[in-house]
Amino acid sequence: MRVDLTVNGETHVLDLEPRMSLLDCLRERLLLTGAHAGCEHGVCGVCTVLLDGAPVRSCLMFAVQADGYEITTIEGLAPGPGELSPIQDAFCETHAMQCGYCTPAMVLTAHALLAGNPAPTGAQIVDAVSANLCRCTGYAQIVEAIALAADRMRGLNRPEDGR
Amino acid sequence: MKPAPFEYARPSDLGEVCAMLAAGDDARIIAGGQSLVPLMAMRLARPKRLIDIARISDLAFVRHDNDCVAIGATTRQCVLEGDAIVRAAVPLLAKIMPFVGHAAIRSRGTIGGSLVNADPAAEIPLAAVTLGATLLYRDGAASAEIAAADFFVGPMMTALPPTACLTVVRFPVWREPRIGVGFHEISVRRSDFGLAAAAAQVALDDSGFCRRVALGIGAVTGRPLRLDKAAKALEGTRAEEALVREVVLAALADVEPLSDLHASGDYRCRAAACLAVRAISDAYRVAAGNHAR
Repeated sequence: MRVDLTVNGETHVLDLEPRMSLLDCLRERLLLTGAHAGCEHGVCGVCTVLLDGAPVRSCLMFAVQADGYEITTIEGLAPGPGELSPIQDAFCETHAMQCGYCTPAMVLTAHALLAGNPAPTGAQIVDAVSANLCRCTGYAQIVEAIALAADRMRGLNRPEDGR
Repeated sequence: MKPAPFEYARPSDLGEVCAMLAAGDDARIIAGGQSLVPLMAMRLARPKRLIDIARISDLAFVRHDNDCVAIGATTRQCVLEGDAIVRAAVPLLAKIMPFVGHAAIRSRGTIGGSLVNADPAAEIPLAAVTLGATLLYRDGAASAEIAAADFFVGPMMTALPPTACLTVVRFPVWREPRIGVGFHEISVRRSDFGLAAAAAQVALDDSGFCRRVALGIGAVTGRPLRLDKAAKALEGTRAEEALVREVVLAALADVEPLSDLHASGDYRCRAAACLAVRAISDAYRVAAGNHAR
């Protein structure tokens, strides 16, 4: 069936089987392979993308359900080619990844958290990333990266601070 | 693609939804899909047709309705989490909401979806049973309602007719000025399925005696249980810990618990008793802090 999907600001008209998950559609039809496939039943969180800014599991949604929404994948986060978003930057700086498999979803989860709560407490960051399994890092640097990004992004909104 | 093939339909109103359900064809309703899609991915559910009701706008609302707060079945959990009416009038529902899955689940999951899925460990069914909510549904052209306590039959089983669509959940509003709620849950990882849970709501009179108590436990048996005898026994008391423990243990004595790889029945009962005592104690403390208006 015909579906219009808006991904990272671009609209795609696709003919899809209803049973194709949003995840499979992003990866196989749109070649946006930053959304990863893990458990494929909503537990691990590596397929997280943003739907109108809110984090969702793209494996728990059929692509036919997603028309009309603004979908953001990790590919749509950087402001321009060769650049990184403040959150991506902070992840690099604090070494918040090892194998990298969970990283795109972690960054998007952090993005959604900070969009709604620019000054999260440590506990709120832990609560947010607990939705995403990471089997390498032990989470400490991931939490650190998000706190660092939050701090910087708050600074960006207050130019009088001299940042 | 993991699920078995199906047809997808997105009817524009409830009448059309009911007509499709009445036509049979092994049709299932989908709204948020956060419980149904995993079942389909594992092919434990293989509906021939999915009827998407997520965009039927008159099924998503939160509003006062006489002595109740009425919530439309497709209201998303993330909306309830931040809703001012829910926080003020149904504080127990507001309290349990952060325990429902994770943020990414709550952005799609709906209150109705959680209720009809009837997982014994789910928090929303527990809150509905504890507070004595009423569930409204449409079946063909007829509307009907059922008490939450009668709605849940067993694990993933409800009394909802297969041709019916849940439309509204009505939570009774307690008008007493001094109200407190408590909720505790044990799970292996944060926001995993609970192995035992307890929810309580308490209303106090001016001198600190319980005027009204509601207490429920989840994840212990195949459906959430309301411990009415225990709750009644606490009315007129100050809910002293020893007394609460005694009445809760008595209430759990003839419960037949679920037992599985994750937790034995004995464990679930012991944990539920402990959590119930804590939930009541939290609820009492919060209520005592809310001074009479």
